[in-house]
Amino acid sequence: MTIDYQALEFAYTKHADQTAAAPASHRVIVVGAGPVGLTTALDLAQRGVPVSVLDDDCKLSTGSRAICFAKRTLEIWDRLGLGERIADKGVSWNVGKVFFRDQEVWRFDLLPEHGHRRPAFVNLQQYYVEGFLHEAAAAHPLIDLRWKNKVVGVTQRPGDVALSIETPDGLYDLHAEWLIACDGARSPIRKLLGQESHGRVFKDRFLIADVKMHADFPAERWFWFDPPFHPNQSVLLHMQPDNVWRIDFQLGWNADPVEAVKPANVLPRIRALLGADAQFELEWVSVYTFACERMDAFRHGRVVFAGDAAHRVSPFGARGANSGVQDAENLAWKLQAVLDGCATETLIDTYAAEREYAADENLLNSTRSTDFITPKCEVSRHFRNAVLNLARDHSFARGLVNSGRLSLPSVYVDSPLNTPDADTAPPAAQSDADTRIPTEASAFTGRMVPGAVALDAPVRDSQGNETWWLATLDGRFTLALFCGDHAPDNATLAAMQQLAQQSRTALQLVLVYTGDTAPLAPTAFTAIQDHQTCLAQRYDARPGTCYLLRPDQHVAVRRRQFDAAVMSRALQRALGYA
Amino acid sequence: MPLIVEPNLPAPDAFYQTLIEAHQGLTDEQSAEMNAALILLLANHVGDMEIIRDALSHARRSVQP
Repeated sequence: MTIDYQALEFAYTKHADQTAAAPASHRVIVVGAGPVGLTTALDLAQRGVPVSVLDDDCKLSTGSRAICFAKRTLEIWDRLGLGERIADKGVSWNVGKVFFRDQEVWRFDLLPEHGHRRPAFVNLQQYYVEGFLHEAAAAHPLIDLRWKNKVVGVTQRPGDVALSIETPDGLYDLHAEWLIACDGARSPIRKLLGQESHGRVFKDRFLIADVKMHADFPAERWFWFDPPFHPNQSVLLHMQPDNVWRIDFQLGWNADPVEAVKPANVLPRIRALLGADAQFELEWVSVYTFACERMDAFRHGRVVFAGDAAHRVSPFGARGANSGVQDAENLAWKLQAVLDGCATETLIDTYAAEREYAADENLLNSTRSTDFITPKCEVSRHFRNAVLNLARDHSFARGLVNSGRLSLPSVYVDSPLNTPDADTAPPAAQSDADTRIPTEASAFTGRMVPGAVALDAPVRDSQGNETWWLATLDGRFTLALFCGDHAPDNATLAAMQQLAQQSRTALQLVLVYTGDTAPLAPTAFTAIQDHQTCLAQRYDARPGTCYLLRPDQHVAVRRRQFDAAVMSRALQRALGYA
Repeated sequence: MPLIVEPNLPAPDAFYQTLIEAHQGLTDEQSAEMNAALILLLANHVGDMEIIRDALSHARRSVQP
């Protein structure tokens, strides 16, 4: 049976809290049942934290909103058990093409290597994503969804937040240890706290048309600058499931948003692209403008902001919903650690610091893309056109073509939770005194620096079944030891187990073997085979190399050999005890 | 290496003539795009942000002291 997720309405039901003599107290309340709020709720619930989700409406998203879900976002949903469903329904793609006037000037592949479970992107209408997330949330015993519950009052108190909530049955009060505001770009919670987002509003209008048709365009992102069928403006084409195509036409600031969406004005634009005889139906048409802005701080006492409520970007780069889902996963494990007493409240400040940094990176990328796509003055347009003209023949210019720098997870390079690579040797007596060069034996190369998100790789589980590295990580902290083809000595195994037993927080122990068979490991360990040595290559690992990964799969520390004291300190640091 | 602002072209008049002639027959719009392309090509050749920043600042001061 096909569910029309856009038409679903969820019944308001009166909760016992509404008639309680005194306001009920909850550990975590999430406001907003969009992709970010539902992901936050699912991640927390999976960690054993009960969550109430309040939404002022009773429907999922309708019409044309986010469609491009990035590899990292899919990996997060994999951990929550939804990645497969979303990827199966969606359209996977890796390749983008850029056209200038009537010629292709550049083709790029966002994932030019094999050995990843997920593609660079999956296109899927937001209402499907929300529908799938909602079904999982509704089925979870620790998630309590309350529709038509509108927060109209927020009071910060020492140690919790008092909420006033409006419902069809009138007002009631709730208390929450933590309030997570995922209530969108116009965030009522933000307004209730008297906070604002700051940034740039762009004076340009875009027409979105979601068109249903049978077409033989490939599953690629196509971007036109100044095409003959829409002169002096840009056009973006994306494939979605159900034979729906997203077409995004730049209109310019002077376009009349009311006139522009009338079929008499929309149809000729689409026919100009598809041909006069094209058969299609309009699924959705709207005109949008956008801003690049964020709140100065994502944490205000016991209220934490995530997703569009905290930051907004232009759509070029698919950095909106994707960064929001990454906010959710950064926050969930930290909240769990604080609520379980494994960490102090200051760990939530590192959520703010890391995700504000990520928001700045997204805003910078998004603003730069927007300036390239919609030049604000003649000279900017001349340089833009020069880049596109040169890109046909010269590789250096292709690096300057910016039709959107597509969402990648941030590397939290300066996070206080990182333990830096410390394996540097003091300079030799005769060498330049200003340089500390890594010793060849201990230095790392590659992308897995502290703060980076763990790269995936194909591995085999202890039964020899094909699986993925990221699927092996179970949502706890993970200590992974690369063992080569033989088991570590008993002293190392005992020290690892002792570390896990004495740790404040749950710690998963993983042994990574090369070769075709994994030696037997004690039951406290997960043993996997890196049978293609892909994992070792991506992590620049040798026998003895050891990584500590955070619950959100970011690298906390790496060393060339296991040292219980170093790992124990790194684990403390990653929990905010710097 | 700082930006060279002392005479460095072996035949200045010939360079200048070549520069102007290269634009012959172009519309103002095309000329503007060609100049932009020329800047991009030379900047990539230089490949040093210090020198490029220095050149931008000299150029800016030439029109807005």
